[in-house]
Amino acid sequence: MSENEEDRHVLTGRHFMNGDTACAEGAMAAGCSFFGGYPITPSTEIAERLARRLPEVGGVYIQMEDELASIASVLGASWTGARSMTATSGPGFSLMQENIGLGAITETPCVIVNVQRGGPSTGLPTLVSQADMMQARWGSHGDYPAVAYCPASCQEMFELTVLAFNTADLLRTPVLVMADEAIGHMTERVVIPDKSAIEHVARKRPHASAMDGQLPYESDGSMVPPMPRAGRGYRIHVTGLTHDERGYPATDAATHDKLVRRLAGKLTHFAPEIIKVEEVQLEDAEVVLVAYGSTSRSARHALTMLREEGLPVGMLRLITAWPFPGDRIAQLAERGCQFVVPELNLGQMALEVERNAHQSITRLNHAGGITMSPEQIAEAVRETMSCAREKSWSMSIS
Amino acid sequence: MCPREIVVNEHKLDPILRSDRLPHIWCPGCGLGPAMACFANAIQESGIPVDEHVCVSGIGCTGRVAGYLNVDSFHTTHGRAIPFATGLKLSNPDLHVTVFSGDGDLFAIGGNHMLHAARRNVDLTVICVNNFNYGMTGGQLGPTTPYAAKTTTTPYGNPDGPLNIPHLAAALGAVFVARWTVLHVRQLQKAIAFALQKKGFTFVEVLSPCPIGFGRPNDLGDGLEEMSFYRRQSVVDDQAPLDSLEIDMSKDSTLVLGNFVDRERPVYQPMGTEPPAHRDRSVIYQPADPEVKAREAL
Ligand SMILES: Cc1ncc(C[n+]2csc(CCOP(=O)(O)OP(=O)(O)O)c2C)c(N)n1
Ligand code: SF4
Ligand SMILES: [Mg+2]
Repeated sequence: MSENEEDRHVLTGRHFMNGDTACAEGAMAAGCSFFGGYPITPSTEIAERLARRLPEVGGVYIQMEDELASIASVLGASWTGARSMTATSGPGFSLMQENIGLGAITETPCVIVNVQRGGPSTGLPTLVSQADMMQARWGSHGDYPAVAYCPASCQEMFELTVLAFNTADLLRTPVLVMADEAIGHMTERVVIPDKSAIEHVARKRPHASAMDGQLPYESDGSMVPPMPRAGRGYRIHVTGLTHDERGYPATDAATHDKLVRRLAGKLTHFAPEIIKVEEVQLEDAEVVLVAYGSTSRSARHALTMLREEGLPVGMLRLITAWPFPGDRIAQLAERGCQFVVPELNLGQMALEVERNAHQSITRLNHAGGITMSPEQIAEAVRETMSCAREKSWSMSIS
Repeated sequence: MCPREIVVNEHKLDPILRSDRLPHIWCPGCGLGPAMACFANAIQESGIPVDEHVCVSGIGCTGRVAGYLNVDSFHTTHGRAIPFATGLKLSNPDLHVTVFSGDGDLFAIGGNHMLHAARRNVDLTVICVNNFNYGMTGGQLGPTTPYAAKTTTTPYGNPDGPLNIPHLAAALGAVFVARWTVLHVRQLQKAIAFALQKKGFTFVEVLSPCPIGFGRPNDLGDGLEEMSFYRRQSVVDDQAPLDSLEIDMSKDSTLVLGNFVDRERPVYQPMGTEPPAHRDRSVIYQPADPEVKAREAL
């Protein structure tokens, strides 16, 4: 690779760009060399940016015929050793679910970006929502590990896309970037660091060129088997059927239980390493806002307002929605904290907060179409504080 | 003559098959064994190093072929073999990628992908085993089930008409289109080997008995009887008009076989930073060059 080509991967410098573009630049910086996608608002700018950028570095951009094809092509590309990705929004994300499961069971790393818009169905094509959070966790059938990042700024669209590629390779599984329309379409400053400052987790490879008695799906104690690539003489068999450690179909209960436990177990095993939150003024907080994505920006404003009023409020911002930082929630609950969960859906991550806090919480919900205002969030916190602790609150905004 | 035990210690296809996975799951009389053997032989005949071959299947009885071949092989999801293969091929152009799947997988649930991969002329070989039904799920109606045929979901006879697969493949832009049966092993093997070597989207339809799902309910009998039907009723005609290739499978109907299309079109190249070269309007269909035939290439 020439010096010049290398430069085109990482656009080191200060930029003013929208979230979708920053996401595409994150993919470039992470060394993504294959994008298969299908246009859909509000994610289209990611495809458009990569259509310009990937050819500059000899990468492949292909507009597939639909999202079923997009995700399938991304999985195929991954088996050549490439870092591959696609980007979509609700309707396309729904179409991708079956092959996200194929990616999980065949342990195929890749990145899927969902810039959320209002659903169900065609819903609100151009407007914000956060209503695919549970789909991100459970959208494909069966038990499988799900990792989902929630960027809250254009800078994070860049950084978390890089991280998503690293986590995908670390766990050998599809990783989701669950953005939302407000973040995808806002424009802010994005600082792209030097190439040397961009972390790169290498995909684990088998040692020899042939498998040498090593079984392709044999976990080497780390939960994650090394990944061979096609065309290198390994003669691998990769199947979506339940398979044994040779990769051969073995559809019996014992093999199935063992395989699914290992796959799903990756999440618990790596959770301490993967879980990412931002803690804002939690030290003395009595009420904790749990927020993510664009809603966390409003929550931050609310927090400042409330602190000025002298109220002991903090925020736990979810950077990973999945795995969910359940232990941290439990600790805070034990300390006596109350929780307020604002989100642009009818209460999805709130379920997780409630489940881990073992107490009722205040939910602040809107189905989507508009970002939540700081004042609405502040009001929910004030009411929560003035209410009897055991009383549960559910508020909707009209 | 007293019976003698015949012990076969090795077979010339051993390097191409995962013998530790045999016996296969297919029913007695199924045509998939010979279809796979023709593909395995064609891999050897193609002269392309075995390590460069990749086989991608969807789901179905045919979809199990990938798992028996000792090449890098992918058994994907129902209908998605072609886009999966597209990702592999474009991301590593050194691979020789073949999609081996069923009529339902490629033309019903996966039909849209067939359409666009052929249109783009992605450098893939697609082998479609047409057994006129959904074998794996127990003999239901599929996109190639002949008109009025009986399946478990058309108990009164199929009201739909079948797809004329070679006609469609040709119209979509495939650069090589052939149809053979599993009885015509020599021709089938040659056609596949030719398709493997030819650049661009090449397509081979393989007519194959599914005695369980299709033969018996439609009075074609078991596998052997359907093979005799193929022998009696087949006509080889490379120049046959493509729109005459629809299959009826009734007792006195003919099966037209041959290498129907062999032409050149620019092979799909991922977008670079330079504008793509100018393309002449593609010729839709051009019968196989008689000179090529004379060389007995196929
Ligand atoms: C999304 C999805 N729908 C349905 C099925 C069930 N299914 C498995 S194989 C098959 C049909 C296969 O038919 P064909 O492609 O003709 O292959 P054959 O078994 O005849 O070789 C169906 C409907 C599935 N596996 N996935
Ligand atoms: S059901 Fe039909 S296609 Fe499937 S193995 Fe049996 S005979 Fe073959
Ligand atoms: Mg079939």
